[in-house]
Amino acid sequence: MSSKSQEVEAVLAQKYRHGFVTDIESDSLPPGLDENVVAAISRKKHEPQFLLDWRLKAYRHWLTMKEPTWAHVHYKPIDYQDISYYSAPRAPANAPKSLDEVDPKLLATYAKLGIPLHERARLAGVAVDAVFDSVSVATTFKEKLSKAGVIFCSFSDAVRNHPQLIERYLGSVVPQGDNFFAALNSAVFSDGSFVYVPPGVRCPMELSTYFRINAAKTGQFERTLIIAAEGASVSYLEGCTAPMRDENQLHAAVVELVALDDAQIKYSTVQNWYPGDENGLGGIYNFVTKRGECRGRNSKISWTQVETGSAITWKYPSCILKGDNSIGEFYSVAVANNYQQADTGTKMIHIGRNTKSTIVSKGISAGHAENTYRGLVKILPSAAGARNFTQCDSLLMGPKCAAHTFPYMEVKNPTATVEHEASTSKIGEDQLFYCLQRGISAEDAVNMIVSGFCKVVFKELPMEFAVEAQNLLSVSLEGAVG
Amino acid sequence: MILLKITNLSARVAGKDILKGVDLEVRAGEVHAIMGPNGSGKSTLAQVLAGREDYEVTGGTVTYEGRDLLALPAEERARAGLFLGFQYPVEIPGVNNVYLLKAALNAKRKAAGEPEVDAYDFLALIRQKMKLMHMSESFLTRGVNEGFSGGEKKRNEILQMLVLEPKLAILDETDSGLDIDALKVVSAGVNSLRHPSRAVVLVTHYQRLLDYIVPDQVHVLSGGRILKSGDKSLAQELERRGYDWLLETQVA
Repeated sequence: MSSKSQEVEAVLAQKYRHGFVTDIESDSLPPGLDENVVAAISRKKHEPQFLLDWRLKAYRHWLTMKEPTWAHVHYKPIDYQDISYYSAPRAPANAPKSLDEVDPKLLATYAKLGIPLHERARLAGVAVDAVFDSVSVATTFKEKLSKAGVIFCSFSDAVRNHPQLIERYLGSVVPQGDNFFAALNSAVFSDGSFVYVPPGVRCPMELSTYFRINAAKTGQFERTLIIAAEGASVSYLEGCTAPMRDENQLHAAVVELVALDDAQIKYSTVQNWYPGDENGLGGIYNFVTKRGECRGRNSKISWTQVETGSAITWKYPSCILKGDNSIGEFYSVAVANNYQQADTGTKMIHIGRNTKSTIVSKGISAGHAENTYRGLVKILPSAAGARNFTQCDSLLMGPKCAAHTFPYMEVKNPTATVEHEASTSKIGEDQLFYCLQRGISAEDAVNMIVSGFCKVVFKELPMEFAVEAQNLLSVSLEGAVG
Repeated sequence: MILLKITNLSARVAGKDILKGVDLEVRAGEVHAIMGPNGSGKSTLAQVLAGREDYEVTGGTVTYEGRDLLALPAEERARAGLFLGFQYPVEIPGVNNVYLLKAALNAKRKAAGEPEVDAYDFLALIRQKMKLMHMSESFLTRGVNEGFSGGEKKRNEILQMLVLEPKLAILDETDSGLDIDALKVVSAGVNSLRHPSRAVVLVTHYQRLLDYIVPDQVHVLSGGRILKSGDKSLAQELERRGYDWLLETQVA
């Protein structure tokens, strides 16, 4: 008894490890949202007219929309006029051209997060496009990538240097009016990442972006667009952390992926936004729209996510399987502890013939948390021979948490095959005692059991991030059994 | 040397008194067999000794190597050399058998102030023990007990025991569900651990295990107490006559 309650005490003492604020002068817009604010953002970023028009169209559409309430989450109404929609670290007039020019305080921030940019990039062979609040401050490995013809840059740079690609693909997967949060993002997005892999090119390295919300009361609205042209392939990893604050912060991002004929995109997320404290105070509202379109035949899009942070997560990375024989995959581990709420899952829309999708979702709930899987498998009449396999497993730790599963299926083609498996289990006292009896501490035992539960998803992550994800998981669940 | 000394131990589970004053003394080098009818408290005794929290000790004392065993949490009992071979070993999906075993060995070594086991030495050790247990190497990378047959699970328990080299092994119905060949393998494994510094407590229903692992003492547990103790001939007598005659003696 005593050892377990000590561990509980230890958790209570456990603070969010990434909670610190970097003291940098910010160039922010005052809180509030109207057409002038939208125009001001566009002006600050020297955007072409088509983009301003696009933003305004989104804004006007947003005004007609209502915030969705169908998700299994609860929060106080958000005052959209109380948010500042633009915050950029105030840098010398010219943006840094190399890491040496980057504000050392920024680099120290990344170091605290465990991402020493120099070493990490070099050792891991990862190109990091670090987004600090809204402006991309450092991009590495540009040269090697450009030699291969890969464009990897901040969204703002892409707007400046590749406007024709932006105009062609922006909003082609997630239209401006897709949903409330996507419309808001379309109106006010400030920065994000852009990737274009030209035909036949296999991107020579893992691409990675670390997002971080720093300034108080700023929403972060990134926009990510990844295009893999015919026969191209790319693996992209996004990691997120935010400092600790008492008020809630809104994060409404949009990610669009486009895979043309024979192209492959693998998109992995390790999300560790501040989840709020043990009483449910503060934390990030993570309302994100992620969607990929397998536009070409034989294309493949694979989402892997490890979600341990945020007070509320509302997120359904989806695949539109338009091309014949295209493949969509979704592998997810979602952890909710204390008062966290997660409503997450995926949508697989089968349009092309012989399209195939796989969904593996592992939900872990602890403390007072609510964890919901919500998934849609839709097979249109055109999708002859389509196949789906879905597996949803929930693991409960302790008596006060809950897990919910809402699988929706719409099958409109009789030749389709759809399989669904689901399970809910408790971290067994038997499993725990078995490990204890072998001399293994309760903490290690829980980590071991949870890792085992998530193994099939971790296997999908790039190697170095699998280790990180596992560590993150053990931090989030420290002492969750008591 | 007295390794384990149980004095007037009583315990309850789910509000029901199961053990009602057990006395037992186990010396280093000995093998004891605890027999008895279903529901007599055999498994409860094993779980209480191993430190399962659902079992509430309501009276009595247990010393292990002279220390108060009941004051130690389960993991510390294990690190001090007390091993329980489970009657129903649990499955832990996705966790490699070899990973659990290595974590267990290192936990024990750490408690003893020794460094972590070298990966190469560990593999050599485990291969040797697996050979003894007639287990194929594929067991190493399979999930802990995941999809194992009943017999495979029991063999896996003994494998763990051989790697951890406990001072006191309590084997709870390790023989149940084993065919005769598996029984021989498991018995050989247990016998290979016999040593003047160690002791084994076998909880069993059947005398046939005791043909292979010959006990120094046999105890009959019934109604939460030890009714009778004797040498191995007591087990043979029980095999012939059942338990009823003993129970009747007690009533009388």
